Amino acid sequence: MTIELLYPEVCNLYGDLMNVEYLARSSGASVIRTGLKDTPRFVAEKIDLVYMGSTTERGQELVRDAFEPWLPALQKRTEEGGVTLLTGNALEIFGDHITDDDGTDIPMLGWFPLRAERHWLGRYNAMYLGKLDDITVVAFKSQFGHAYPTGGDLPAPLFETVRGAGLNPDLPGEGVRIRNLMATYLIGPLLVLTPPFAKYVLKLMGAEDTALAFEKEAMEAYNARVADFTDPKRNFVY
Amino acid sequence: MDKTRTKPRGLEAVRFALALLCAKLTVPLLKLTRHNGTNFPGEIAMKICPAFLRYLDKPARLLAITGTNGKTTVTNLLCDTLTKAGCKVLSNRAGSNMYPGVATALLEGVSLFNKCSRDVAVLEIDERSSRLIFPHLTPELMAVTNLFRDSIMRNAHPQFIADFLTRYIPRETKLVLNADDLISAAVSPHNERVYFGIERMATDVTECVNRLNDMRICPKCAGRLEYDYLRYHHIGRVHCVDCGFSSPAYDYAGADASLESMTVTVRDRGGQETYPLFSDSIFNIYNLVTAVAMLREFGMEHAEIKKYLSQVKLVGTRHTDEEVNGVHVINQMAKGLNALACSRAFDYIASQPGKKEILLLMNCLSDERHWSENVCWLYDADFEFLADPDIHIVVTGPRGKDYLLRLKLAGVRDEQIDYERDEFAAADKLYLEPGSSVYLLYGADDSLDLAFRVREKVLKLAREAKR
Repeated sequence: MTIELLYPEVCNLYGDLMNVEYLARSSGASVIRTGLKDTPRFVAEKIDLVYMGSTTERGQELVRDAFEPWLPALQKRTEEGGVTLLTGNALEIFGDHITDDDGTDIPMLGWFPLRAERHWLGRYNAMYLGKLDDITVVAFKSQFGHAYPTGGDLPAPLFETVRGAGLNPDLPGEGVRIRNLMATYLIGPLLVLTPPFAKYVLKLMGAEDTALAFEKEAMEAYNARVADFTDPKRNFVY
Repeated sequence: MDKTRTKPRGLEAVRFALALLCAKLTVPLLKLTRHNGTNFPGEIAMKICPAFLRYLDKPARLLAITGTNGKTTVTNLLCDTLTKAGCKVLSNRAGSNMYPGVATALLEGVSLFNKCSRDVAVLEIDERSSRLIFPHLTPELMAVTNLFRDSIMRNAHPQFIADFLTRYIPRETKLVLNADDLISAAVSPHNERVYFGIERMATDVTECVNRLNDMRICPKCAGRLEYDYLRYHHIGRVHCVDCGFSSPAYDYAGADASLESMTVTVRDRGGQETYPLFSDSIFNIYNLVTAVAMLREFGMEHAEIKKYLSQVKLVGTRHTDEEVNGVHVINQMAKGLNALACSRAFDYIASQPGKKEILLLMNCLSDERHWSENVCWLYDADFEFLADPDIHIVVTGPRGKDYLLRLKLAGVRDEQIDYERDEFAAADKLYLEPGSSVYLLYGADDSLDLAFRVREKVLKLAREAKR
């Protein structure tokens, strides 16, 4: 199996890269690191998972410019059922535009009918509790704003929110799901924090019966976190 | 001289006078109730008069220090050196590095008639508080020690903080910047500036071994960067293979840094001097060079700086070492939620000779009281340095299970790790073998008290251990 990690030189914030490392450690998959000036390998090769993580605001624009020629190939791959995972503000890069604090609209790739807002002094920090089928998802959000529909058909959400904000505090759905493309605002080592979701992704990649690396320890930490996050006495927004 | 200060007029003058009076009155009250070192006077003053800091008379010379790591140490070095040199110094080092702490510190230097009797203020400034402080205060000199990843929630990423500082640092402030850190070196590009750095060291490399490196592409053209030498993370000298961009030249160069002789030479256009190191960590060599650069810009001669700086001791809350029954018990601050500070601590511990034990006490206790600590930072930190059979680790606290998993993913073997939820019971899991070093790693502020109480237990266990 092969995982393609897109733009690790800039998409590397908040421990997000551990998602790829964890899948690779668990499944033995090889990892291809594709830089900003490279042609993504998924364009011409069979890749089991394409992954992109959180980046800086300047990084979002660099990635937008670098990836623009390859967007049709990703859309085609997605139509054909290819598995892709985008975490953190990588989601915004595939939206329509980002509205900065000063009112400037920064165009993005324009695939998802979403507009993100960026508030430099209003960073949103929160825990997140959600559902994907029977999987309880526990993770964190830390972002400068939320995403809002721009009109048109909003794709299905990736997660149903139980506690916390969805794409924005008024939307119960979190993230974007188009066939096997999964985009979420959740940051960090999401697959380590929610090992059942790691298993879900591995299953989509065709590695259904794979045991996770240190699965026992990961599940113990996960169960403790689920207990924390479902405790109604716990605050949810930082 | 601070150019920002203006005189209040009309109602604002009444408000300021009232704020000054009330804040001054709280000082003896706090002393009586043994609440020294709080920011309460500044908070009171701010509530009554939000622009209090603007109207407050200030010392003729204002020095400021900000940056992710090292600002407290540099502030302490500057304060102590200037005090020993005979200056009447004000500093916020006993309080916070945010607006109330700065206001409380400056308040100390003025009379009820708002006349300042001190020569110089040395102010540690929290990066994000620059927005609230600098509209009211213009430092003559300001050091930015470095910019690294810090709390994900508060600081996002270092480029955000660099942009933030650029927005708020006054245009008139002369900057003392780290040429070996391209992120902080680019702050406020239109300000007058000098650069410090440390020349190539024997331990330097050219490829990054750390998880964190926030300067992987050229800031000018996004091309590939090559390091001429690299110390850790993104700290080193670099050039772009595509456009030729390179790190700035040093105005203050740390040279011939030697951990054997425990000295570093600082060279500038006006001469050079060899200074004794107060610690064997590279981080603290940078802190020393930063302090020397600031003092040189302040106007002191090398010989004078050396005379006084050599007498300064590192503050005990950050690194305390005591030997009991052949066991070194070391309290080491490792700022939880800060992947870089922890990575540096892990690297340092791993590089020390002999058997080592670590009690990981970095859980963010204030977060745990209110919500659940965001543990994403654990996966930016280099726990891999601890995958060494000479290191025994005890994990504890509310996030102990997360640490346990992270250590195993870092390659630390089962027999190297013990888990115990209770911090005091965790001390019982230490081996405390003669000749070994025990590191109590704790975060800033909220775990400080706990760390020192656990330390007492560890010392007691070491004393009572049968040999």
